[in-house]
Amino acid sequence: MTSGDRSLLALENITKRYGDLVANDDVNLEVAPGEVVSMLGENGAGKSTLMKITYGLVRADKGTVRVNGEEIDLKSPRDAMAAGIGMVTQEFSLVETMTVAENIALSGVGLGRVDPADLRERVLEVMDRVGVHLPPDQIVGALSIGERQRVEIIKALFHDCKVLILDEPTAVLTPQDIEALFKTIRRLRDDNLGVLFVSHKLREVAEISNRVVVLRHGRMVANKPIEETTAQSLAALMMGVTPDTTTAGDTPLAAVDPRAVSKTAEARQEVQTAKSLLTIKDLSVEKGGIKALDSINLTVHAGQILGLAGISGNGQSQLVDVLSGTLPTSAGQISVENVDITDSNVTERLRAGLGRLTEDRRGTTFAKMSVEHNLVVEDLHKFRRTGMLDRKAIRRHANELIEKFAIKAKPSDAVGSLSGGNIQKVLLARALHRDPKVLIAAQPTRGLDIGTTGYVHEQLRDRAAQGAGVLLISEDLDELRALADRIAVIFRGTIVGELDVADATAERLGIMMTGGEEAA
Amino acid sequence: MRLVVREEIPKWTGPAAIAVAVAITVAITAVPIRIAGANPVAAFERYLITPLSSMSSIYEVMLTATPLLFTGMAVAIAFRAGYWNIGAEGQFLVGAIGATAVGINLPNLPAAVALPLGMAMGAVGGLIWSVVPAWLKRHGGIDEVVTTLLLNPVALLLVQGLLNGPWRNPETGFTDSARIGTGYDLPALIPGTRVHWGFGIAIIIIIISGIVLTRTATGMRIKAAGQSPHTAEFSGIKVGVLQWRAALISGAIAGMGGASQVMGVQHQLTFGISTNYGYTGVIVATLAGLSAVGVALVAGLLGTIGVGAQNVSLVLQVPTQLGAMFSALLMLAVLSMVTLRRFKVRWRAER
Repeated sequence: MTSGDRSLLALENITKRYGDLVANDDVNLEVAPGEVVSMLGENGAGKSTLMKITYGLVRADKGTVRVNGEEIDLKSPRDAMAAGIGMVTQEFSLVETMTVAENIALSGVGLGRVDPADLRERVLEVMDRVGVHLPPDQIVGALSIGERQRVEIIKALFHDCKVLILDEPTAVLTPQDIEALFKTIRRLRDDNLGVLFVSHKLREVAEISNRVVVLRHGRMVANKPIEETTAQSLAALMMGVTPDTTTAGDTPLAAVDPRAVSKTAEARQEVQTAKSLLTIKDLSVEKGGIKALDSINLTVHAGQILGLAGISGNGQSQLVDVLSGTLPTSAGQISVENVDITDSNVTERLRAGLGRLTEDRRGTTFAKMSVEHNLVVEDLHKFRRTGMLDRKAIRRHANELIEKFAIKAKPSDAVGSLSGGNIQKVLLARALHRDPKVLIAAQPTRGLDIGTTGYVHEQLRDRAAQGAGVLLISEDLDELRALADRIAVIFRGTIVGELDVADATAERLGIMMTGGEEAA
Repeated sequence: MRLVVREEIPKWTGPAAIAVAVAITVAITAVPIRIAGANPVAAFERYLITPLSSMSSIYEVMLTATPLLFTGMAVAIAFRAGYWNIGAEGQFLVGAIGATAVGINLPNLPAAVALPLGMAMGAVGGLIWSVVPAWLKRHGGIDEVVTTLLLNPVALLLVQGLLNGPWRNPETGFTDSARIGTGYDLPALIPGTRVHWGFGIAIIIIIISGIVLTRTATGMRIKAAGQSPHTAEFSGIKVGVLQWRAALISGAIAGMGGASQVMGVQHQLTFGISTNYGYTGVIVATLAGLSAVGVALVAGLLGTIGVGAQNVSLVLQVPTQLGAMFSALLMLAVLSMVTLRRFKVRWRAER
């Protein structure tokens, strides 16, 4: 495997400790020219630390980074760029008010005059090379997320980049954008660049990479050509369990079908006629003359998971806020079972049977407050004795939920110190212990590792099986198709269509999500 | 050398931060004390040790701390709710005006009526002074930091206007009010000392506030609202209402501080009824970490330094202002050190 002379990027014996925590433990990784290496791993496995070390953002305690066999001293991203390492992170660093070309020039090292004509020329050259075409004079603020990512890629390639690191590049993209990105990656590969692709999604990894490495607890536990892997073996490696060989444990990764539809068509039909638990009628939200939501109609039935697909920024967050009771309705009606909650406050909504799990995990918990207090903050009236808070009851309540929801924390731990997965479990516990009739779940698994994602999915399915309704708002089409009975699509504040899950192919959803087609 | 953010803040850094802060303060203030011609070591002893070394000076510390207990607690309650009341100074002054108004116009009331009336008028005065900013904040979203702060000099002008005009002392012609009726004089808390019942009332308020803030649902809602108003709204907490109430209660407590100073110490309204007690209350509340126990401790500490400063200036012939400088530097140092706890120093070898 090691072929030092032909490797483009070589990480050797990289070790990084944060106190007692070993983020990277003697990691060796090579990327050859014309090779796409995917890096898999759960949250906290050490992927981002390794990326940051490679890009000069974090210094390794031990180990060397070589480019073309030459050891480089990475003090800052500037050194990385100079050595030919480029990185596109999940959060873009673009100035929205400047043009594409100007943003690309900004990354330039050094001072001095920029010749606009020359710059344009060079930008277009790079665009040609990777097969991306964006008007260089376009203001970045007017670009879509997918287009902005392309600007980031061009920015990275602008300085004679030899290795491109893409950190979870598909998390925010539509299926069409993902396809375009993969095209670009293939083109770079054919151009003899090395690409390091970090992802959670096995299917994408299978599609794009030549080789897969898996990190777990900071150690590299696998490094294999893609043909030698299976979905099960990789998932097992990531999570540290032995693959279950009794079931179809040898499905080649390339053939993974993410669709595991939970119900039969008949069962879905039946649910569709069950009593409606959440009814949204002609709901509009207008602020400063801008309609964030325009006549939304949605119904969630008992036992049903209704998916809502859409690219973020198309009104989902306003919908969640307006349902949660933190944003007033401009027009329309919201009811939970038969109770009109359109003008109800948060407490009344909770009492009516609404459960909420929002996208903004940290924004719906109090970071400095303890787990036990976060768990009761919505129900303080239930924990009073002679005017004082009943501390014993609060502690008991917390211990029960911590056990029931497998939260890895003590009741007295500050929520801010927990991992994203455990915060989500705290929120799940807070929402579900009341047995809500309807659960609004917005991006419930974003940023979670596979283990916790599976747990959250299981909880949502359980709720529906017990007769609750779930409105699942997600950008992850695989997630929607695996969980939902029906999928509605939101685009620019309106529902552009609603499909039975059997008809909701990624392509069709993708087109609807971008406003391409109105489905009946 | 560079600073790195700590992943977790070790417990030992708490006491260490305070110790370092005291050391820094001592080191810096030693210079001006030396320049003023005194021995810094002797001065520090008198700032911090002497005031607590005899009962009579401990009583003085209690007396000096009394207005700070009121204003510190007032500010802490508002800050905890996320309402940045910088107007305790003005509320204190208007509270003093309230107590004086009844004290000089109804001078013959018996103590049983006069004492509660005077304190209530103080509370009402402080409340009135906090109503406008609180209302503007709740209904207009207008920044309370600006409005409460700007009302402080207005309150001072009101005091000065009253003392130059209608309330000018009829006997002496000085710009002090007439003496309030003796029924209004707060009795001594400890017989034979100057420590009056204002101290007792402040302690009672602090105990009640402490219990409400830490042990009740209201207290937890206040904490939640202060930590993250958005999240609190999401959790069904009416942040606007809570802050409105906290603002008014804060004003009322600060106003009672003003009444206590009139009825317990000065027995008349004077220009100097407040020597920045309201502003110092902000310091007290902040250093106390907005906790009731903390307010009691910090007010005690600042009271000690205040008494010590008198002593230092008498004995060592340095200006009393050095005491204020000592307190101010101590606060700066403590706040800086507490912030710096979040970092650790990383030394990097030069290549």
